[in-house]
Amino acid sequence: MESAQLSFWCRCLAHRSFVVGGCLTGVLALSAIVSLVWTPWDPIKQNLRERFVAPSWEHLLGTDQFGRDIFSIIMQGAQNSITVGIVSVSIGMAFGVALGLWASAKRGWTEELVMRASDFMYAFPAILLAIMLVATLGQGAINAIVAIGIFSIPVFARLTRGAANAIWAREFVLAARAAGKGKFRITIEHILPNIISVLVVQATIQFALAILAEAALSFLGLGAQPPTPSWGRMLNEARSMIFINPWLAVYPGVAIAVAVLGLNLLGDGLRDVIDPRLARKR
Amino acid sequence: MTLLSVENLSVTLKTVRGPARAVRNLSFDLEKGKTLGIVGESGCGKSLTALAIMGLLPENGWADGRVTLGGENLLDYSEDQMCHVRGDRIGMVFQEPMTSLNPLHTVGKQIAEAMILHRGMNRGEARAEVIRLLDLVGIPQPAKRVGSYPHQLSGGQRQRVMIAIALSCGPELLIADEPTTALDVTIQKQILDLIKNLIEDLGMAMILISHNLAVISQNVQDVIVMYGGTRVESGPTNAVFSDLSHPYSQGLFSAVPQIDDTKASRRRLTTIPGTVPELADLPAGCTFQERCIYVTDACRPTPPPVVQVGEGHNVACLHIEAARTAWGAR
Repeated sequence: MESAQLSFWCRCLAHRSFVVGGCLTGVLALSAIVSLVWTPWDPIKQNLRERFVAPSWEHLLGTDQFGRDIFSIIMQGAQNSITVGIVSVSIGMAFGVALGLWASAKRGWTEELVMRASDFMYAFPAILLAIMLVATLGQGAINAIVAIGIFSIPVFARLTRGAANAIWAREFVLAARAAGKGKFRITIEHILPNIISVLVVQATIQFALAILAEAALSFLGLGAQPPTPSWGRMLNEARSMIFINPWLAVYPGVAIAVAVLGLNLLGDGLRDVIDPRLARKR
Repeated sequence: MTLLSVENLSVTLKTVRGPARAVRNLSFDLEKGKTLGIVGESGCGKSLTALAIMGLLPENGWADGRVTLGGENLLDYSEDQMCHVRGDRIGMVFQEPMTSLNPLHTVGKQIAEAMILHRGMNRGEARAEVIRLLDLVGIPQPAKRVGSYPHQLSGGQRQRVMIAIALSCGPELLIADEPTTALDVTIQKQILDLIKNLIEDLGMAMILISHNLAVISQNVQDVIVMYGGTRVESGPTNAVFSDLSHPYSQGLFSAVPQIDDTKASRRRLTTIPGTVPELADLPAGCTFQERCIYVTDACRPTPPPVVQVGEGHNVACLHIEAARTAWGAR
């Protein structure tokens, strides 16, 4: 067992996109964690005498139109993005996976109902749905997170139901039923452990999508409200000054791109690394 | 004393071509501690019979008739009630040991589960019992093997684990659905001997399902030959095999290759002409009519009557005399 775990980590380290994605995601997580206790400058405090300062050792990425240190804002913005990612993916997974497993265990009209409802939600463009929900629930960071979480429910529901149906058709499930196990026990003991790898991969990808969606909502002014630092709102604020100081738009843009790229690479890497067909070649 | 009684069991599958009656009006009784073999080619309904008894028919199938275990009709049981029958009162061994175990759990855990579920054992008690069972089914170093994952065991060992799972709660009935088909011949014999000895020691009844006549002839007391979802011949194994009376059973038997150095063994292997009829549009009358060499117009309108040709030996055919004469003169 120990050697199996060891070989798992060896495979991880040998996988290029897993390592790159892991590093980028690590940087994201690290900056969010560090910013909880320390940032080079106070990201909220304005200093109107030092507006639009060029990058220097004092202000690594310069300052914005209110004289705030951009590096500090970007660092703290990571907190916002990670919170959005974690909470909305948790919402999506909790409901989506439960619905998918339920549909797959019940079959019949229950499955039809859950899947058609998912298709219905899927038919709306995600960001449009989020805007709609935020418009109904009222703007704000929490509502944005909930909206993003809700639109990832059908993604997880469909994925779970598909993967679970494939496991239900396997012979060991029939054998488990022949041993007298009920559908609930089989779902928990046999179905879920066998589809968890697919779900983990999808979770990283949904995480990236959630960050992107939150940035979009914040850009439109529907997400995190000032003064909470948010990459999407930074982009929006920079928009009006794009000809005066284009760098203001570049930094949050790069931050969003790096976070999304890192999570996607990590997801791809994870998919390869935890594929059981590769894992069996010990 | 009758343990399991199957009366007029019919299994219908909903298919794109309409309802397919995969098992029709099958009846048999199984005494406590007795063994019954069901033999027939692929698609004759033998596995579906087993699944119908277990209440594990696929989504698109349903069963009619009566399946009585200890006086109660299992077909009336709810899914919850069936969960208490499966594994506890009826154990089942499947064909494919390679895929019948969950690759993510240790074999010890998988054997223990049924006992924890049905016998209310705690983990510690169950573990001791698992070791005893693994030893019983002939797995070396059972205490060490408890923590093995299925991929660390060979096919034969996995089938032994499956047998241990089926036996764990001491069921009254064991259903073995082609338990040795996926194994090679030497392992096949070991596994069959193991099953045979265990059911004798534990006093269980068994239904052994196989397409292999040799497996059936050596391991069960009674046999049912099925064709196209119906019983064509049945009786005590010795009587049936020494006096095959249905043209289909005879055809099945002549299709077994004989390995001896006589002239007869060098002849072309006899086959039954044609293929199994489509279950969705079975002919009226005898199911075997399309492939039978004795067929006459009388076979076509109604199913043939069941005729007793010996002590408990029943045959469903109109031309038993012709078939028996030809078989005797062979």
